[in-house]
Amino acid sequence: MSESAASGPLALPPRESALSASPALHHQFEDIEQQHDAGNFGIWVFLATEMLFFGGVFTGYIIYRSLYYSGFAAGSHGLEIDLGAAMMFVLLASSFTMAMAVHAAREGKHRPLIGFLSVTIILGVAFLGMKFTEYFHKWQEHMVPGLNFHPALESLRGAPEHTVELFMCFYFFMTGLHALHMIIGIGLLTVMAILAWRGKIPRENYNRVEFSGLYWHFVDIIWIYLFPLLYLIGGRYK
Amino acid sequence: MSEQTPSVGTYILVFMALLVLAALTTGIAYVNLGPFNTVIALAIAVVKMSLVGLFFMHLWYSPGLNRIVVLAGFFWLALMVSFTLADVFTRSWINPPGP
Repeated sequence: MSESAASGPLALPPRESALSASPALHHQFEDIEQQHDAGNFGIWVFLATEMLFFGGVFTGYIIYRSLYYSGFAAGSHGLEIDLGAAMMFVLLASSFTMAMAVHAAREGKHRPLIGFLSVTIILGVAFLGMKFTEYFHKWQEHMVPGLNFHPALESLRGAPEHTVELFMCFYFFMTGLHALHMIIGIGLLTVMAILAWRGKIPRENYNRVEFSGLYWHFVDIIWIYLFPLLYLIGGRYK
Repeated sequence: MSEQTPSVGTYILVFMALLVLAALTTGIAYVNLGPFNTVIALAIAVVKMSLVGLFFMHLWYSPGLNRIVVLAGFFWLALMVSFTLADVFTRSWINPPGP
């Protein structure tokens, strides 16, 4: 601290926490706790905008589902419910391991942190594998709007063909947007795992892991809604 | 660092509850409940979201500011959905003169 800055009318009050400042503390924050809360707040604001981003597609979905219900129900019956449910379980498990990774980072335990991050990444990749398996099946069934849409008559279940096509548009856009978020999330977690491997996630500043975790859980929540909205329309009873 | 977070036991309990709810929502799809199939599926989704948000995302233990952000997000989402639906589903009420 220079002498000239310490005196005069514009001098800032001395920062007590500066005495115990950790190298992880950025200069604009009073202490590590304020830095953590500010970052946390920022991520939540970002997630609120993400909510509205997905909200636009969900709004469109609500409108067209009410206008063309039979087409949406027919399209939904064509989806593989067991695969969708399996993806739900895989994603919930990945959220659990992510929460455990953040817990480990908070406790400063590096080995569990790297382990839980790796399991989360593997589960995320497994989810994408199942997702693209289903996309491939849809291609084989000629159910891809715009590129390859010649569905078998029985898969329409009496609904007008273009309404089933509209449902498939929503299916590919909503799950595609979700899959894009999954890919970004897997990238983030890979960076976190590498940082943890190099010992760059100090116990007093595990914010990066926590914030990646918040994003991961958000993407999980989107699937919590996509599963019933896309796979369960009109039930599966006979 | 003073902020509280859930214990490992809480995480495991929440995870178990989420698995049960996921199985429940899939199972109920095979039972004919008429319009309640959708209502129940969405109610279960809301419960699952709350569990993930409150415990995995630590909202239960977070400063009030973060919870206000979440509520603001839901508020704007509700505005977007309700105003859009109010437009689309009332268009047939009037017959505007054509061009």
